Amino acid sequence: MSSEWPLWEVFVRGQHGLSHRHVGSLHAPDAEMAINNARDVYTRRNEGVSIWVVKAGDITASSPGDKGPLFEPSNSKVYRHPTFFDIPEEVGPM
Amino acid sequence: MYAQMVKTEADRPRTLEEMDPQERAFQERIDAGIKIEPKDWMPEGYRKTLIRQISQHAHSEIVGQLPEGNWITRAPTLERKAILLAKVQDEAGHGLYLYCAAETLGVSRDQLTEQLLSGKAKYSSIFNYPTLTWADIGAIGWLVDGAAIMNQVPLQRCSFGPYSRAMIRVCKEESFHQRQGYDIMMKLCQGTPEQKAMAQDALNRWWWPSLMMFGPSDAESVHSAQSMAWKIKLNSNDELRQKFVDQTVPQAEYLGLTVPDPDLKWNEDKGGYDYGEIDWAEFFEVIKGNGPCNRERMAARVKAHEDGAWFREGLMAHAEKQAERRRNAAA
Repeated sequence: MSSEWPLWEVFVRGQHGLSHRHVGSLHAPDAEMAINNARDVYTRRNEGVSIWVVKAGDITASSPGDKGPLFEPSNSKVYRHPTFFDIPEEVGPM
Repeated sequence: MYAQMVKTEADRPRTLEEMDPQERAFQERIDAGIKIEPKDWMPEGYRKTLIRQISQHAHSEIVGQLPEGNWITRAPTLERKAILLAKVQDEAGHGLYLYCAAETLGVSRDQLTEQLLSGKAKYSSIFNYPTLTWADIGAIGWLVDGAAIMNQVPLQRCSFGPYSRAMIRVCKEESFHQRQGYDIMMKLCQGTPEQKAMAQDALNRWWWPSLMMFGPSDAESVHSAQSMAWKIKLNSNDELRQKFVDQTVPQAEYLGLTVPDPDLKWNEDKGGYDYGEIDWAEFFEVIKGNGPCNRERMAARVKAHEDGAWFREGLMAHAEKQAERRRNAAA
């Protein structure tokens, strides 16, 4: 085995889907082959209408240990949600 | 079961008190039903066991294409041929999903392929049996894929996220495989006496190997306690085998076929079937590499790999050249 084919992450947007969803990964020598293989492997049963492939090496992921510092600040800002504010019924729908 | 005899290092799971804090936190997450993801800390034994189990499962999907592929050119109607092609294509896909799930644990697919081809890694014992008639294709779909589903449905809840998600995808497609197999059996059993005899013969040859797919009996399988504590394995081998027998015997009866087991009998007390003793000597011979087709299957895989080397390298060289051209054009 001289050189390993790179790993690609595959994202598919479903028939009525609003956004691309990660569906899995595969190995392919280049982007074009990655798309061809993704079509065969991940859309055999009407799963989607659009495919993105990204080299796995180009993805940076947050680490599980950072969960606290990354996401906690948003939890403490309850006023970001519309339900935080009481509007009198007389005012009507808002 | 597509992964057989996967051993964990520990003979018995450690108690929470015996674990260091990191391991304990890990076990508590598993006990709480929280999925483990690739970037999370995990004990080395958990990682190794999963790599073995998932890769063995992946290898089984790949080698499993051979016995059925054997009948593609000889399928009796164009419709049956198209269905069989679609099924074998699914199996290649299942292998791919599973290799990718294994790769999130820090091994590469090429390493795993190397382990298969060198004989270091195992695959399911069932694929070392030959497909001698068209009815075998029906029996494989009905029994072999049926046994696989029995094992994979609970694995959808396994503690390792990527494996459980791969199983969810696989199970949907596996259901197509089982139904198409049973459909072949139904057609044969409603057909001529010769066709029905062919179906009976296939059941006779595939019944016991299918029961062996669930692995050794619980008394023999000393390493499964750790896998169960880690929720890599959710039911014992004998539990799943019993479930399979209970579900499959009425299906055979519907076909008007006889299960080749004189000791098979309904047991009212346990609400399940009692069945005869499995030939464990045969099972261990097949696992060791001495089944009817072990050598042939491996030879076919090795040949495909070696003969395809120039093509894989060619694609890579072409990709590199294209990438360089794009770089030069951009510069």
